[in-house]
Amino acid sequence: MSMATTEEGARGTIADQAARTTAPALTKRIRGLSDKAIAWVFIAPTIVLLLAINIFPLIWTIYLSFTNYQANRPNRPITHVGTKWYQDILSSPDVWAAMQATAHFVFWTILLQTLLGFGLAYLLDRKFRGHAFWTTIILIPMMLSPAVVGNFWKFLYQPQIGLFNTIVSFFTGIPPSSFEMLGSVTLSPWSIIIVDTWMWTPYVMLICLAGLRSIPDYIYEAAEVDRASPFRQFWSITLPMALPFIMLAVLFRGIENFKMFDMVNLLTGGGPGSTTEVASITLKREAFEKWRTGYSSAFAIILFVAVFGLANIYVKALNRVKQR
Amino acid sequence: MSQALTTAHSVVAPTPLSRRIAATLVIVYALVSMIPLAWILMTGFKTPPDSIAYPPKLVFEPSLEGYCNLFTTRTRQTAEYIESLGPPQSTCDEITRKRDMVIAGPSNYVPRFWNSLVIAFGSTFCAVSLGVLAAYAFSRFRIPLADDLLFFILSTRMMPPIAVAIPIYLMYRKLGLSDTALGMILLYTAVNVSLAVWLLKGFIDEIPKEYEEAAMIDGYTRLHAFFKVVLPQAATGIAATAIFCLIFAWNEYAFAVLLTSGEAQTAPPFIPTIIGEGGMDWPAVGAGTTLFLIPLLVFTVLLRKHLLRGITFGAVRK
Repeated sequence: MSMATTEEGARGTIADQAARTTAPALTKRIRGLSDKAIAWVFIAPTIVLLLAINIFPLIWTIYLSFTNYQANRPNRPITHVGTKWYQDILSSPDVWAAMQATAHFVFWTILLQTLLGFGLAYLLDRKFRGHAFWTTIILIPMMLSPAVVGNFWKFLYQPQIGLFNTIVSFFTGIPPSSFEMLGSVTLSPWSIIIVDTWMWTPYVMLICLAGLRSIPDYIYEAAEVDRASPFRQFWSITLPMALPFIMLAVLFRGIENFKMFDMVNLLTGGGPGSTTEVASITLKREAFEKWRTGYSSAFAIILFVAVFGLANIYVKALNRVKQR
Repeated sequence: MSQALTTAHSVVAPTPLSRRIAATLVIVYALVSMIPLAWILMTGFKTPPDSIAYPPKLVFEPSLEGYCNLFTTRTRQTAEYIESLGPPQSTCDEITRKRDMVIAGPSNYVPRFWNSLVIAFGSTFCAVSLGVLAAYAFSRFRIPLADDLLFFILSTRMMPPIAVAIPIYLMYRKLGLSDTALGMILLYTAVNVSLAVWLLKGFIDEIPKEYEEAAMIDGYTRLHAFFKVVLPQAATGIAATAIFCLIFAWNEYAFAVLLTSGEAQTAPPFIPTIIGEGGMDWPAVGAGTTLFLIPLLVFTVLLRKHLLRGITFGAVRK
């Protein structure tokens, strides 16, 4: 392994040439590095950065979650409150309402995106002329900034002047001023689902497409020889073989939508009332509007544990897909 | 080879009819999904009254008022004052005067856009530099607990941003990093480095080890082999990774809105705050959004071959 350090004296011409371009002192020191040292020198900066910006704050959050600290009153003496915040959160109807809003959002977005995304991928797999071009067009929404998109959909959703209501009324005959996507308690949860589905269906589609392309043709040919119906082929070959990919997409969308903040914050801000107040919005209100730092830290830890659990499942699924 | 032969006359190739149906449905979806974007673009070229017309105007006289309003701040003046000013200096000047207003100065859009650029490129450079080193180490050396370390790196990306924002907010306040470009660059580097490590490890795994070994037999040290053999080979992967990091930093909103308010504010939290007289100035918002989204459209086209890999942290490769 450390061939370079031992052989450099004997055949150092190229190395010397290369070495002349760097500062001599540095070269000397670097030459002495073993592979093991290089490995740690290469990894250390990343780990240190993540420890400083992710792990240290996390530990601080855990500490704060047991205190009554308030970020807008830094000079107030800190008292320890034990697990009070955790008990409060787990028994708070507001938190459960937020969890319900989140679950509703996650469930419907995933369902719609999976159906639409897989459908589109299935159609694109027909490889008609220009399919690559249309794939790129369809992918555009998922590359955009969720915040900027949320802000603009607010305009599309305006009653009367908004494009969305006009289009709906064009197809259904309902007057465009008779319903408010963002202002109504029943419609607002759907308004965020529609925007998220518009944005992220391409994501599911792209992963499903990879799944479909990974199925070798000869399996279908064998099925054709056995006179399996197209319907049977779909259920017995296409779907099971694409399933790991669909699951990967679902898990990733699940984690992302569980954390959803930017698009919803700009579109509805959690309103009207708290009908679209997903977990991250509640957290922001508690932490940066009510300044209940201790309480919101505890809430953050609970959310983090939930996401970490999902992430664990995610990585396992990811490895399974990789092994195929 | 026989497989390639059979596919040429495959019995399972889609029929022309099914192809045509598939094409129609896909094109309809693509066009419908482009409507909101087309509307953003169009609104940018409308006048404020046109933008809030009922029913919404599909055909309108294009105007640069949205773009003028995006880049300027204006004050209302009396007709006599405006007449006393002499001929308008520019197109925007003329448009503004028609509304009984004069341009008071530049708006904050350009500085915010500039902040976005500095923070996105700064953090991308740092994240990719750190990422490529770590990825090389994970790819080539036996590292104890490598899988756990990689999982740790990935898990930092899974945290809800708001949950991390509370202590970061406190920490930055103590260190004097709140509302600074440096603070945002550090933060985005930390978020992006996980993606960079995972993606780059995949790309470096694909470069045969033999290349470096050959170079090392020729007398290169491990480090020279890394810089002169591996890095050029990984150039495409590094570029793709960099674009993914750029997109994240460019689009990020949660940290930006909580940790920046003035000096270091980026475009995403700024664009929703563009307001005119009596409500949102939608043409200016449309104009600002259009300019903000153009780089992303370019990136999408550049990245289309590597998109899949990027969005799945390297799990799915074509």
